[in-house]
Amino acid sequence: MDRRTLLTAHAAPFAAALRASDDNKTHATGARANYFPNCELVTHEGKRVRFYDDLVHGNKIVLFNFMYAQCAGICPGMTANLVRVQKLLGARVGRDIFMHSITLKPEEDKPADLKMYVEMHGVKAGWLFLTGARDDIEVLRRKLGFRDPNPTFDKDVSQHIGLVRFGNESIDRWAACPALANPEQIARSVLWMQAPNAGA
Amino acid sequence: MSKKRKNDGTGVGRRDIIKAGLVAGSALVITSKKSVAAQWGGGGGGSWSGGWGSYHYTDYRSDRSVQSPPTTPFVESLLIPPVLQSLSSLSPPATELQAPGETPRPAHQRWSEFLPQKLYALHANEFQWSFHRELPGTATVWGYNGISPGPTIKAKYGEPSVVRIFNDLPVSHVGFGIPSIITHLHNGHTATESDGFPADFYATGLFKDHHYVNTLAGGDTHEALGMLWYHDHRVDFTSQNVYRGLAGFYLLFDSVDSDNENDTNPSALRLPSGAYDVPLIFTDKLFDSSGQLNFDQFNNDGFLGDRFAVNGKIQPTFKVARRKYRFRMLDGGPSRFYEFYLSNGQNFTQISNDGNLLPAPLSVQSVRLSVAERKDVIIDFSGIPIGTSVYLENRLVQTDGQGPSSYSSQTDAMPVLRFDVDRDPPVSDASRVPATLRALPSANLAEVVATRYWTFDQQNGQWVVNNRLFDYNRVDAQVKKGTAEKWVIRNGSRRWSHPIHIHFEEYQILTRNGVAPSAQERARKDVLELHPNEEVVVFIRFRDFTGRFVMHCHNTVHEDHAMMVRWDIVP
Repeated sequence: MDRRTLLTAHAAPFAAALRASDDNKTHATGARANYFPNCELVTHEGKRVRFYDDLVHGNKIVLFNFMYAQCAGICPGMTANLVRVQKLLGARVGRDIFMHSITLKPEEDKPADLKMYVEMHGVKAGWLFLTGARDDIEVLRRKLGFRDPNPTFDKDVSQHIGLVRFGNESIDRWAACPALANPEQIARSVLWMQAPNAGA
Repeated sequence: MSKKRKNDGTGVGRRDIIKAGLVAGSALVITSKKSVAAQWGGGGGGSWSGGWGSYHYTDYRSDRSVQSPPTTPFVESLLIPPVLQSLSSLSPPATELQAPGETPRPAHQRWSEFLPQKLYALHANEFQWSFHRELPGTATVWGYNGISPGPTIKAKYGEPSVVRIFNDLPVSHVGFGIPSIITHLHNGHTATESDGFPADFYATGLFKDHHYVNTLAGGDTHEALGMLWYHDHRVDFTSQNVYRGLAGFYLLFDSVDSDNENDTNPSALRLPSGAYDVPLIFTDKLFDSSGQLNFDQFNNDGFLGDRFAVNGKIQPTFKVARRKYRFRMLDGGPSRFYEFYLSNGQNFTQISNDGNLLPAPLSVQSVRLSVAERKDVIIDFSGIPIGTSVYLENRLVQTDGQGPSSYSSQTDAMPVLRFDVDRDPPVSDASRVPATLRALPSANLAEVVATRYWTFDQQNGQWVVNNRLFDYNRVDAQVKKGTAEKWVIRNGSRRWSHPIHIHFEEYQILTRNGVAPSAQERARKDVLELHPNEEVVVFIRFRDFTGRFVMHCHNTVHEDHAMMVRWDIVP
C-alpha cells in the first residue's frame, strides 16, 4: 500500500476526499504560475483551495508561515506575534492582504484542529490556516524557502524555520523576516510589497 | 597540488563532492597550458575552444535548478569604469539642512568645518546591460549614471565633498530589487545622516545629499583609508539591489598614497597609478534562458551564481604591459567567498587589507576575499614574455550560501580574468613598492572603556545577535564618542561562515581564536571573515561624529534576513 493510500484509509472522511496532486495545472497565469504548485489545500473552515490560483495569484499582498498545532517551541510565540501584526494591518487583512499558516504535520492537524487553534489564538478573518497532502506541503515548504540546507536539520520538525514570507505576485516581489521580530517592523515590511498605484 | 584547509564544519570535502556525483570527470593535473583541451563539465553547457589550458568547469552548486546559457570565457574585455567628474554647482544647492526635493534628514554634522570643495551627482537608474555577447539578450540592470559598476569617485583627504544621489529607478518594477534606495559608502568614516543607515531609504523622484568629509579618523594619518566602495544598503533588499548592479568604487588618496607614481614628494609611496591602478569587483551571476538576471528571492542562506563577472563582464581579458600594476580586488557578493591564485604560480604582493595600506607589503600566494572585503595587490608582469597570458583563478569551492567548502585545489580552479601581456610600457616603470607603506595606528588598550560581546547565531532559521532579532528602532549598544572599546565577535552558528562588517571606524584585530593575528590580519579592517565557532577580539574607536550605525553580516542574503544590529555613538 503506498503512503498516500495508507493515509487516506486511516484519515477522517475529509482527507479521503482530498484530491491527490495529479490535477494541479494552474488556471491563472502570472509571474509565479510555473514556480508554485497548484496543489489543493483545505482551510481551517473546511474549504478547499488551490495554492497558486486562489492563494498566490494576483495583485495582493500574501504572507506565509509554517507551524503545527502541537508545537511547543516557537509556534505559540510566532502565532501570537503574527496576531499582533494582523491587528496592526487592520481592515486590509482579508481585503488586499492575506495571511496563511500551513501545517507541517498534516496528519495531526485536520481542519477542525486548525479551527480550534485559530480560536485559541484570536486569529481574525483574512488569515487562513491550511492543511493538505504531506507531499504537497513539502513542495510548498521548499518553494517558499522554508528549508534548512542541511538535510538532517531539515528533517527535524522542531528546527522548523520561523520566518514569515511575504510578497506580491503582480510585481514579483518577495521578502521574509523573522516571525518573532517586532510586529511593527513586520507590518511595515509587509506594506513594502504594495504594488504602485495604477498610472504611477 | 591540493591544499586542504582546516575543516570548518561545513562538511563538504572532496569525497562528498565525488559521492554526490558533482564532479564531471576525473581530476586533471595542469601540466602544459597549451596541450590539454578544456572541457565544460557539470551542468554548465557550452564548451571552451582550445587555448584555455586544462581548466574544466564544474558547477558545484548544490541547487542547480537554474543554469545560465553558455558563454565562452575570455572573449569580453575588462571594462574600467570612468572617473566621476565633479560639478561646479548643484541645483538646488547642497546645504547643511535638507534641500527641496531631498529625502528628510537631520543637518549634516560639522558642516561648517567641512564645507564641500567637490560636488558630484549620481543617478541610480535602470538600463540594459550586456554581461556577455553570447547571452540571448541584454539584462535589465540597475546602476549609477547608466553604468554598473557606477563611475569611480576619486577623492582626496582634506577635500570634503557632497555626492547627491538621485533615485531615478522606475516606480513600476516587477521582479527582484525594490526601487527605493539608500547608498552606503562602505568603509567610509561618515556621519550617520550620510552613512546610508538601512532604514533611511527613499523613493523614486527624491535625492539624498551625502556629505563625504574625507577626513582622517581622529586626525591620525595612520588612519588613512584607500579603497572604499559605494553600494545600495536598503533594509531587507540589499542583496537584491546590489545584485542588480548598484555598486561603484570610491578611492581615497593622501600625500603618501598620492595617485601619482611620478610624485616628487619624498614621502609619497609612488605605487602604480593612473592606467596602472585598476579596481576589480567580482560578482557571480546567474542568468535565465532569455539572458535576464536570475535571483532566488526565496533563499535565506546565500545565493551563488554560475557565471563569474569582473567589473560587469563575464570572464574578461585585460591587456597589460610588462610592468607593475595595482589591482584593487573587491568581492561584490552576493554571498560567495573567493581564493585567488595566479595560474603561473607567481605571487601577489599584497599591500592592503580592506583597502587600508598594510604596514609593509606581503608576498602571498593567494588572495582570499569574503563578501565586501577589499585587498590591493601589486602584480608585476615585467618578467613575462609578450604574447603570454596569465589567469587569475579562483580555487575556493562553494556549494551553497552557507559558506566556503574546506576544499581548495588547483584542479578545481575557475579562471575569472585573463591578463594578456601584449606590450612593453611606453616609458619605463617608475612606480615603486616601498618596504614601508603605512604604520598602524596605536591600539592603546588603556583607552578601552568597555568590552562588548556579540554572538551571531541562528534560531529556527532566524538570524540573531545575542539572541535578539534586529530592530532598527532599537539601540543594541551605546558607545561614547572619543572612547575605545574591545568587541568580542563570535560565530555561534555551527554551519555558516559570516563576513561581519562594522560601519564607521576601522578596527584592529587583537586576537583570532585566542592567538595573535597573522601578518595579513595585522591591519586596519572593517570586514571579518568569521567561520563557525570562531571568536575574534577587536580594538575599535569611535571618533568625530555621533549617531546611528550598524554592524551586520555582509553575506547580503543573511543581511536581508536581519543579521544585523544597530549601535549608536552618543556624545
